[in-house]
Amino acid sequence: MRIRPAFRRLAGAVLCSLLLGQSAAFARETVKIAFIGPLTGGISAHGIGGRNSAELAVQLRNADPNAKYTYELEAMDDECKPNVGVQVATKAASDKSIVAAIPFYCSAVAIAAVDVFHKFRMPMVVWAAVLPEITYGNDYQEVNRVSSTLINQNKVGSKFLVEQGYKTWVSIHDTTDYGKSMHKYFAENLPANGGKLLAEFGVGSDQQDFTAELTRIKELNPDVIYFGGLTPLAVRVITQMDKLGIKAQFQGTSGIFGDAFIKSLGAEAEGVFTTYDMPPVEQLPGGKFFLDAYAKAGYKEGFEAYGPYAFAATSLLLDVIEQVGPDRKKVIAALRDTHGKDSIVGKIEFDDHGQNITPMTTMYVVQDGKWVAWGESDYASGKRKLKNL
Amino acid sequence: MDIAQLGQYVVNGMMLGIIYAMVAVGFTLFFGVLDVIKFSHGDVLMLGAFTGYAVYLGLGALGIEASWLQLALVVIASVLAMAGVGALIARFVVLPLRGAPAFNTLLITLMTGMVLRECVRLFFPAGSNPKPFPRLLPDTQWAFDGFALRLDSVLLFAAGCAAIAGVHLLINHTRLGLAIRAVAQDSETARVMGIGFESIVLLTFALGSGLAALAGVMNGLYYNEINFGMGLLLAVIGFSAAIVGGLGSIYGAILGGFLFAALQTLGAVALPFGSAYKDVFAFAVVILIIAIKPTGLIAERSSERV
Repeated sequence: MRIRPAFRRLAGAVLCSLLLGQSAAFARETVKIAFIGPLTGGISAHGIGGRNSAELAVQLRNADPNAKYTYELEAMDDECKPNVGVQVATKAASDKSIVAAIPFYCSAVAIAAVDVFHKFRMPMVVWAAVLPEITYGNDYQEVNRVSSTLINQNKVGSKFLVEQGYKTWVSIHDTTDYGKSMHKYFAENLPANGGKLLAEFGVGSDQQDFTAELTRIKELNPDVIYFGGLTPLAVRVITQMDKLGIKAQFQGTSGIFGDAFIKSLGAEAEGVFTTYDMPPVEQLPGGKFFLDAYAKAGYKEGFEAYGPYAFAATSLLLDVIEQVGPDRKKVIAALRDTHGKDSIVGKIEFDDHGQNITPMTTMYVVQDGKWVAWGESDYASGKRKLKNL
Repeated sequence: MDIAQLGQYVVNGMMLGIIYAMVAVGFTLFFGVLDVIKFSHGDVLMLGAFTGYAVYLGLGALGIEASWLQLALVVIASVLAMAGVGALIARFVVLPLRGAPAFNTLLITLMTGMVLRECVRLFFPAGSNPKPFPRLLPDTQWAFDGFALRLDSVLLFAAGCAAIAGVHLLINHTRLGLAIRAVAQDSETARVMGIGFESIVLLTFALGSGLAALAGVMNGLYYNEINFGMGLLLAVIGFSAAIVGGLGSIYGAILGGFLFAALQTLGAVALPFGSAYKDVFAFAVVILIIAIKPTGLIAERSSERV
């Protein structure tokens, strides 16, 4: 029997497609997740560090032969601007191929965009933003957070400084939701801890000149200047404090923690005190593992303050997807049910608002160009002294 | 508030004012000679500051340690480089749009500024972080009971005044200035009289941009910190100062610069609701002044533009 050429070609095509189909069944299904953070602009060092860390978690998982899926991380830039954040969150949430998100360094962006995740029923784990209202402001099942709220650090920080012997404070904060909330919890807790707030100065989040505010502060002569805001502003305030001859001790918050702060200030950073919700990376349960993996991955940027949290948030999310499959509804339920889960930053325990409640607030001071945990510093042992004591 | 405090506020305000005035003078120059608004002016200032910083790093690598030499080279390199950049912007961005509506020039220079800003952020090593600008001036300080006067502030203020006075002299008392004024007044007639129109425009842009570079380096020396976004707000403030003073007039630009600084300081100090609203206050007053006197405080006389 003679087979007609056209038929022969058809048969060949069918055979080929069968073979291809066979091999596709062996490959793992690809699952997409989104990372959102400030990848451009003044805060981008933190955003890029977080993205690298999240990417690292994804790479490690993809290299794991036991993983059920191949993961793809789509990094999106919110520029630390609320309007842009809402746009990219909507873009991620409305894309059905993206299962879940690891969003937000900036609190002002996060608080503007949480509604989007609720509306589109997209599960997410916040990796850095610390404003309490992100988790506690609503009752959204979709919204979880591995990083702490800013409440605890403001309680602990001023209490500690009062114990060191400081009495009077002046607060400078930026006028975003983040800065205002920092100031709110600081001002609430200070009197109870025994300190006195002399004055409060709200400043623009891109203000350059602080000489007018600082001249007023010089007149008030406080023991400590409390600062609720992010790195670029803190750098300017400290430089200008020095120029005007203000000798007050500087108390920062988690917003200034990271290498970028010390690199920008140089020697002037010495003795700056801050609270930050994580012990030194080396002391974290998975700290060494994370440091090694990050170094091996060869990123040229540092992971900055919240990189380990971005890694932990991403790993947690991938674990949940492995467990229940890439289905938004199931992931939402399974994420909320996270209790006592081991991660590189310690046990993750979500309360009924999806907030990680494992307390990890640690006091830091800059010593010889490095952030050193208070207990291990020369300041604690009495070799060096904080200002104004 | 005692007299020492008041003096401190005045000194702070003067320093802000001289920097604003230098930016405003640039806007006024460009508008005077070509009737354009060059919105990349603030970013040229930022680029000037970063050029100065890069030169400083380079000198450090070469082992040149004398701070007066460093300062001189930083200023010269940054001013020359930005004069070049200004001329390039004029040649390739502003002049080709000469026949188009003024709005297009405004937009294209705004975009040029964004390109400069993002280039510094992306291509300068760790460009998105604030950079510590070196302290090249002596840090002598005189303190009188709560009032601190720093020698570096005095020097910077003097340098700013000298630069503005120099531009003024150049325009009013030299042949080059005469040519610039001729082009500003009537470019067609100037051309007929044998003045090279294009080269005068390029020179004017180089002059204004060099001034911006000096302002950028001064800004860095004063605050000891520069960042890629510093030009943005300075441009808006400098532009407002030029408008409120009377666009096209150098005296107007100076007046506008100091007025804006005074308003900001007043807003931060005297308003009961605190420093958060000082920019709102300053800009609101500027809007009010423009509404009452649309030509600016010192109105441009068409015969004496620039």
